[in-house]
Amino acid sequence: MLHNLVRLVRYRGLIQSLVARELKARYRGSVLGFFWSFINPLLLLLVYSVVFKYFLKRAPDDLPPYEVFLFCGLLPWTWFSSSLLEASGSLISGGNLIKKVLFPAEVLPIVTVLANMVHFFLGLPILLLFILYNRMPLHFSELAWFPVVVLVQLVLTLGFALLLSALTVHFRDLRDILSNLVTFWFFATPIIYRYTDDLGLMQWLNLNPFTHIAITYQEILYFPGPVGHGFWLLVLGAIAIALFLFGYFVFDRLRDTFAEEV
Amino acid sequence: MNAITLAHVTKIYQRYSRRRQFATLKSALLSGSLIRDLRPDDTFAAVRDVSLTVPKGRTLGVIGRNGSGKSTLLKLVAGITKPSDGHLSVEGRISALIELGAGFHPEISGRENVFINGIMLGLTKKEIARRFDEIVEFAEMREFIDAPVKNYSSGMYMRLGFAVAIHVDPDVLLVDEVLAVGDEGFTHKCLDKFAEFKRRGKTILLVTHSLGLVERMCDQVLWLRHGRVAERGDPKRVVDSYLTHVAGGEEMLLSREHGVDHAGGTAPQPETIAAPPRGGYREGRWGSREIEISRVRLLDDRGRERHVYASGETLRIALDVRVSEPTIDFVFGVGVFSADGVSVYGTNTEIESYLPRAARGEGQVSLLLEDLRLVEGTYLLDVAAHKRDGTPYDYHRGLYSFRIKSRVKDVGVYRPLHRWSFEGGLELSLPETRGELDLHDEEEV
Repeated sequence: MLHNLVRLVRYRGLIQSLVARELKARYRGSVLGFFWSFINPLLLLLVYSVVFKYFLKRAPDDLPPYEVFLFCGLLPWTWFSSSLLEASGSLISGGNLIKKVLFPAEVLPIVTVLANMVHFFLGLPILLLFILYNRMPLHFSELAWFPVVVLVQLVLTLGFALLLSALTVHFRDLRDILSNLVTFWFFATPIIYRYTDDLGLMQWLNLNPFTHIAITYQEILYFPGPVGHGFWLLVLGAIAIALFLFGYFVFDRLRDTFAEEV
Repeated sequence: MNAITLAHVTKIYQRYSRRRQFATLKSALLSGSLIRDLRPDDTFAAVRDVSLTVPKGRTLGVIGRNGSGKSTLLKLVAGITKPSDGHLSVEGRISALIELGAGFHPEISGRENVFINGIMLGLTKKEIARRFDEIVEFAEMREFIDAPVKNYSSGMYMRLGFAVAIHVDPDVLLVDEVLAVGDEGFTHKCLDKFAEFKRRGKTILLVTHSLGLVERMCDQVLWLRHGRVAERGDPKRVVDSYLTHVAGGEEMLLSREHGVDHAGGTAPQPETIAAPPRGGYREGRWGSREIEISRVRLLDDRGRERHVYASGETLRIALDVRVSEPTIDFVFGVGVFSADGVSVYGTNTEIESYLPRAARGEGQVSLLLEDLRLVEGTYLLDVAAHKRDGTPYDYHRGLYSFRIKSRVKDVGVYRPLHRWSFEGGLELSLPETRGELDLHDEEEV
């Protein structure tokens, strides 16, 4: 396993060019092309803010401007959820490569996670415009946490992606279960609502790893004052590393079955 | 030094039961059977106990019928699947021509795909950039290289895939039946490339159904049967015994079609034979049956019933005839057609000026075709009894077939007696293993 993990470093050129291909291919043929990377999160934001502000009239009053709050959680969530959904099918759709070419299979889920990360990065300038437009303060001491939370999220997402992609080869049902699970997961994460004790669900929310990630993004970019969730984030970081190793372990164990099962 | 070494390699494929396939993760987790469910219920050995070595710089051909484990063997050597048992080692960089352009993404251009495909096959960006022009030139794709791959024809797709794979510059080249790529010209280029690889001391493992290619290219041939090594050694010898084996199988298949039992030799029942129609040439039987052709046999020079012949052998077409209304107005005819319905030869007693004198009771007609010099292929037979004006008594159209086998893959239908000669500054020679093949095949079927 460790040997294979080290080998991954050798494939960085391959991963790099596959991520680039993924990004190029995604919007090829559409009129707006690459602008969709910017438009997609904006439209998603529009949907949620319209629903909560005007349909449900439940936008929290203490969170002005609500769009910015929402965007802080929505953008990383999109990276996370799209990665999981795409990664779970990645080995099956890339079956041709696994069956016909000597190809390191783990590259496929990793590429989906990284490609979605690039989309996340492309969404960030828009978030920044929102923040600047609303004249919200950004502190350097807070922003220093930003790379940390991105890294934690990356490792966590990779762990889930490896685990799910390997298991989905054997249990195709996982893809359908996952798409529903992800919807629930979204609502079980403080993205559209604030993480407070009022709900009485604190301990449950705390079990959700993405809670801590969402909160950290919100603390860095939205809430004034220092980042108070740093400790939890580091704990989560340790868990993410463990999950990644576990995910890779399972993947490695099932590796030899892929060529026959996909 | 050996480039490829296999020691007692066995590959067992796992077949899962229906129950397992539809199990969900939830049920597997609940019953705690996740690990157990990942085990097979049934197994199938695609490759069994194969041991072989290929010395560096040699070319090994692998032949065998469909499903004999050839491709699995290649995938094992390529490292795509792992052997279930035994040891396997390969020295040097491998390039596997198993599925060409397997990694191509349809939405992006050929140029970008060449780079990504090259990286997948183990090249660096720089190496690809250096070989890029050569790759495009080889694939004959200069004008289309910047178009998205989805717009390529299948031939263009394969050519580009082949060009990339061949320019990886491997030490060990694995080829799986990929020469069916593109037109004759391109195939020729591929063969040249293989020859160049051979000259440069590369090791090639070639899986193919083209026996001519195997004999021409390979130093050794491995014949796989049901996953085991049936025979291994000199190309000509192995190909010959393989052909003999296959011909035996075909013989059984064709005679079954004819309703002829090998042991008994029951009467044919042409009406029940349903072969697929071929263009304008439709099988069938019609006529008034005052003269009936009750049995048709294809016999070799020793009087044995056979349906597979080597080019140049003797074929006797024997008809058993039953006459219900005595008549003096009758003609017997025979026609030979190629599989696509083209008339190869046709004659009848009228054309050859035989005068009908009497037909009554039972009788036999036999037409001896000596030295049947046809090229390889399947041929269909018409036999007929009709009046001199053409009104049919009993017309059997395309109800019988025979196959001509030949190791010389010349084309057309007819192979005239021929001999090449070269003079002046021209020097050509046949490979020693081929022997004298310029007249006709002396192979025994």
